[in-house]
Amino acid sequence: MGPGSENKVTINFIDRDGEKITVKASPGDTLLDVVVEQQLDFDGFGACEGTLACSTCHLIFEEDTYKQLGHISDEELDMLDLAYGLTDTSRLGCQICLTKSLDGMTVRLPDSVADIRQVDGKA
Amino acid sequence: LLARKLSSVSGAAPKVCIVGGGPAGFYTAQQLLKARHDIVVDIYERLPVPFGLVRFGVAPDHPEVKNVINTFTQTAHSERFYFHGNVNVGMDISVEELKEAYHAVVLSYGAEGNRSLAVSGEDLIGVFSARDFVGWYNGHPSNKELHPDLNCETVVILGQGNVALDIARVLLSPLDMLKKTDITQRALQTLAASRVRRVLMVGRRGPLQIAGTIKEVREMINLPGTKADLLPVDYDGIAEALNDLPRPRKRLTELMIKTLKMEDGGQEVSKQWGFRFLRSPVKVLPGADGKRVAGIRLAVNKLEGSGEGAQAIPTGHTEDLECGMVICSIGYKSLPIDPAVPFDPRRAIVQNNLGRVQGTAGLYCSGWLKRGPTGVIATTMNDSFDTARIILNDLEAGTLDMSIQKPGAQDITALLKARGVREVSFSEWEKINSEEVRRGEALGKPREKLLDVEEMLAVAWS
Ligand SMILES: Cc1cc2nc3c(=O)[nH]c(=O)nc-3n(C[C@H](O)[C@H](O)[C@H](O)COP(=O)(O)OP(=O)(O)OC[C@H]3O[C@@H](n4cnc5c(N)ncnc54)[C@H](O)[C@@H]3O)c2cc1C
Ligand code: FES
Repeated sequence: MGPGSENKVTINFIDRDGEKITVKASPGDTLLDVVVEQQLDFDGFGACEGTLACSTCHLIFEEDTYKQLGHISDEELDMLDLAYGLTDTSRLGCQICLTKSLDGMTVRLPDSVADIRQVDGKA
Repeated sequence: LLARKLSSVSGAAPKVCIVGGGPAGFYTAQQLLKARHDIVVDIYERLPVPFGLVRFGVAPDHPEVKNVINTFTQTAHSERFYFHGNVNVGMDISVEELKEAYHAVVLSYGAEGNRSLAVSGEDLIGVFSARDFVGWYNGHPSNKELHPDLNCETVVILGQGNVALDIARVLLSPLDMLKKTDITQRALQTLAASRVRRVLMVGRRGPLQIAGTIKEVREMINLPGTKADLLPVDYDGIAEALNDLPRPRKRLTELMIKTLKMEDGGQEVSKQWGFRFLRSPVKVLPGADGKRVAGIRLAVNKLEGSGEGAQAIPTGHTEDLECGMVICSIGYKSLPIDPAVPFDPRRAIVQNNLGRVQGTAGLYCSGWLKRGPTGVIATTMNDSFDTARIILNDLEAGTLDMSIQKPGAQDITALLKARGVREVSFSEWEKINSEEVRRGEALGKPREKLLDVEEMLAVAWS
């Protein structure tokens, strides 16, 4: 472990295949920053590059974590309205800044619209 | 997972071509290139410039939406990707010829037609389709001679979707806001002289059926120098229905009710926008000269049923609305480009099952052509990823014959050359791009688009 790693926050992502990916990131970064910097391979994530214009950075949080995330702007709620698989604990990853208190959290990617693995019965 | 499995399949390197260089084309390409490291993808695009409606549809004051161009450009720089602009499939080359040269052909040429009003007076001066009007302010080469006359008070837009809201916003935005966007200089000059003070968006059904989304409605509400002209009677009894609505519909309706109740801030507003509900166009009315639009006759409807499925039923009454321009924003429509492709004229899409074109092995579709002309770029993205996965599945399952080598672009380019068609490559588009950015800089804009295909070609091949 390099210097300063004790200041890092651990995040567990559950991808669309249900696989868990654990990364460490710096407080202050957004969850979109983390996905980009760590080159996490989430198809189509962050299409508008964090400008609140797409909802492709939709993430689902655990209830306790969700409560700690703080204020949601009307503009974020507007974009969330367009997100697939919206839940009560959904947020847009580009709007979530990491803090120490989020250390160890688990966030899940929503399933995409028509998942051919279900429709097709293959793969 | 798919990627790892597929890399073990042997045989010829799959060659895939995509017709249409909009979001559907680029997202399909992106997914194919990522999943297989041997695949080669060619995009054939009618215009010398890529990106479809991201360039020619998305409003100039929404530059954030256009950030997807960065991802498309990254895809275009892949070693196994080639862009062939200035190739009109169906005219310069047939789908059959493409099928001959490639293992798989994906049609993603979007929706280049309009749903028409089919009412009399549609041909009067001052009646435009939304597609042409949007194409005009966004610099589409086929709309450069539109010359809309904005010397009137009221504009009526038929339709209440996001395209209607985009147009209303562009018509009413303070010029200072538009100046810094990539709107064409020509449109900016026309808007500078505009006398338009009121824009009304007319819908067949009620406030619970508005097609636009909340982000766009909120932008209208917040637009400086304008105020909402909503009719309280339209919202009678609606507050009671709120709790049963799905979340997006509920939030949008709450916003409208809140706006309705909003006190006038007392600030100077000279411009208005509003929705007019339960009205269907019957006839566009000419002025005294018999040539120009002076108004529109609307049939008054009532609603039968409720929710998204509610039906508009004419009451037999009509009402005339004075206006100097009518913009018809009732939807785009895909067109058939080649008789060899099964096309459903009623739904105006290519007949397909999960992106596999019906009855034709090796032919696929994605985007608006596959699904119909609705949905944001993210919808088109998901849909294109799905089509790409279907192709990858078919490659793996052996449904696509990989035993023969295919010539790919080599043969097509030769055919095109023999027919006098010269392609524009991606690096040649990048020359056009640089020229546009250079011209924009001089004007304090992100770009000034070239409006003329001949001029684009001259820059591309310079
Ligand atoms: C006015 C307007 C505003 C919009 N604003 C937004 C927005 O703000 N945010 C958002 O998320 N979505 C927006 N959308 C939706 C978005 O543009 C679409 O979801 C998306 O562009 C559809 O992609 P596509 O590739 O299927 O079609 P298109 O984008 O239309 O691309 C089709 C491409 O095929 C080419 N083509 C056509 N015929 C041929 C041929 N015969 N041979 C070769 N090439 C051909 C065309 O030139 C074009 O480049 C908007 C749409 C419109 C109409
Ligand atoms: S990246 Fe587009 S909204 Fe977050």
